[in-house]
Amino acid sequence: MKKLTTLVILVIILVFIGTTALFVLDETEQAIVTQFGKPIGDPIMKPGLHFKIPFVQTVTKFEKRILEWDGTPQEVPTEDNKFIHIDTYARWQIEDALEFYKSVHSENQAQSRLDDIIDGAIRDEMAVHTLPNIVRSNRREMEVVTVKEEEEVQDIKEAAQKDSLEVREKIVIDGERDEIRENIIQHVTDVLEETDLGVKLIDFRFKRIDYNTDVQKKVFQRMIAQQNKIAEKYRAIGQGERERIMGKIEQKRKEILSGAYRKGQKIRGEADGEATEIYAEAYNRSETSRNFYEFLRTMTAYENSIDSTSTLLLSTDNELLKYFKSSK
Amino acid sequence: MSKKKIKIGNEEFEVSTGRPFLWVLGIVVVIVLITAGTSFYTVGANERGIILRFGKYVKSTPPGLHWKIPWGVDELYKVKTQYQYKEEFGFRTARAGVETRYSKADYTDESLILNGDLNITDVKWIVQYTIQDPYSFLFKVRNVQSALRDISESAMREVVGNYSFDETLQQERRRIAHSAREIITELVDKYELGLNIELVQLKDVHPPEPVRPSFNDVNEAKQEQETVINQANQLYNKRIYRAQGEAERVIQEAEGYAINRTNTAEGDVAHFNELYKQYLTAPDITKKRLYLETMEKVLKRIKEKNIIDQDLKSVLPLLNLSGKGGLK
Repeated sequence: MKKLTTLVILVIILVFIGTTALFVLDETEQAIVTQFGKPIGDPIMKPGLHFKIPFVQTVTKFEKRILEWDGTPQEVPTEDNKFIHIDTYARWQIEDALEFYKSVHSENQAQSRLDDIIDGAIRDEMAVHTLPNIVRSNRREMEVVTVKEEEEVQDIKEAAQKDSLEVREKIVIDGERDEIRENIIQHVTDVLEETDLGVKLIDFRFKRIDYNTDVQKKVFQRMIAQQNKIAEKYRAIGQGERERIMGKIEQKRKEILSGAYRKGQKIRGEADGEATEIYAEAYNRSETSRNFYEFLRTMTAYENSIDSTSTLLLSTDNELLKYFKSSK
Repeated sequence: MSKKKIKIGNEEFEVSTGRPFLWVLGIVVVIVLITAGTSFYTVGANERGIILRFGKYVKSTPPGLHWKIPWGVDELYKVKTQYQYKEEFGFRTARAGVETRYSKADYTDESLILNGDLNITDVKWIVQYTIQDPYSFLFKVRNVQSALRDISESAMREVVGNYSFDETLQQERRRIAHSAREIITELVDKYELGLNIELVQLKDVHPPEPVRPSFNDVNEAKQEQETVINQANQLYNKRIYRAQGEAERVIQEAEGYAINRTNTAEGDVAHFNELYKQYLTAPDITKKRLYLETMEKVLKRIKEKNIIDQDLKSVLPLLNLSGKGGLK
């Protein structure tokens, strides 16, 4: 019975020492040990079981991991007086827990200090760069599609071909996004060193660079207007091409029909000529044949021209009637 | 407290019996159970087990059954190293399946991106990754997922910022995804997230919602243009074929005329020649015969004939042969 009591007391003492003199440092943590508020030794970086003097020394743990900083989205003016909506992020780390403990004490404090430093740096940089340069990060040759102006559309047929209204041009704009970012990182790093916050900036980046809402609406309107213009142009060109084809139909039709008429007339003329030649050859052989033809043709003419409705006055000296009055 | 003697083989043991015995036994059983429960663990087929001893990393264990020190000395983390994680940008899958449903919420903040030519594109994309280094993943960075999202957004926006609106919509999708992946991979390594980026893929890329109808209208206009031109071309073919037919007819008719004309001439001449031959053998009588025959034919046809005596000086004394009374 006495043995058991001793054991229990011993266990309690061990547990007590364990909780007050030993402490566990996680992989994600670092710590400083203070004695009545005064830091003792270097910050402890190694994870595992550590020892301190009970009651006298206190352990304060800090993050060892890379931590996030999320910028408040804000509107910033650029050099070309455009208000842009910027969202940024950064990653940082407590580099020197001791300095950190002395200067800012807590993570929240550090975040707030970073807010001030980074926001200032962003505004400074934005104010000396134009929007096109901020948006881009390199000098990549960019293909931009625009629409031909009226006077540029010369060949309507060509224009009616798909997509040929569009003009593709290559443009190059200096991209300075990286440069701006590096300037900000440099600036923040400098300030952090000067102020001994014990904080290291790992990276800073722009998450979003957008137009502010008002400008965005205007950009949409501009895009819509441009598309409408393109649509209109396609329709106009379609109609124009239709008219052109209709005109061509008329022209071609007349060409074909008049050509046929010409050819037909020629054929007829040739035939007439040939017939005349045939007649002439037969009739024009001699004086006799000419007379005979004249006589014969006259006879035919009588036959053809006199019909039942004609009235005829015949004199008795007519050759036909020469026997009418006498048989002599 | 009573004692009981137990005989095992030749040896005798003295064992406490009664209630204290049960009490101790109960505690021992509970302790053994808890120890067993907290010391054995299984690692699944697609996982790694990470063991921290007093907060310090000691080992990584493969899939299977393993043992660790109980009582909170060893701490276990399981990391799915084979699992393909996915982050979605600009949209969220509400329920994946045969017919995947997407969340109806608005993520345009994420998806609207400024282009290099200062237009705006709506870009949706995904990033697939695996956990490559469980140690980094667990202990190097706080909030790995948000870090990855920040990185991805930043990278995609930087890349799209270097491409024009039309390039983003059309030909450069793949290159954009490729460049974004490069940047994301670089930053993931820099922040020691312990991830491996498997895939960056652009999903829907289109003009922003408010602008979209005008883009559709352009496509419609293109279609309309094509239709109008096609119709005109059809009409062209129809009319021209018809005109060609008409032309053919005109020519055929002329050729018919020509054949008719020459044949008639040949026929006339043949007739003439035959008569002429006869005429030459007996000119006077043939001529007279033809004259009389013709006159006979002609006079027979005429209903009103007046024969006047050649000695009369005027036409007044009439002999009306038809008997129908006087001149009309």
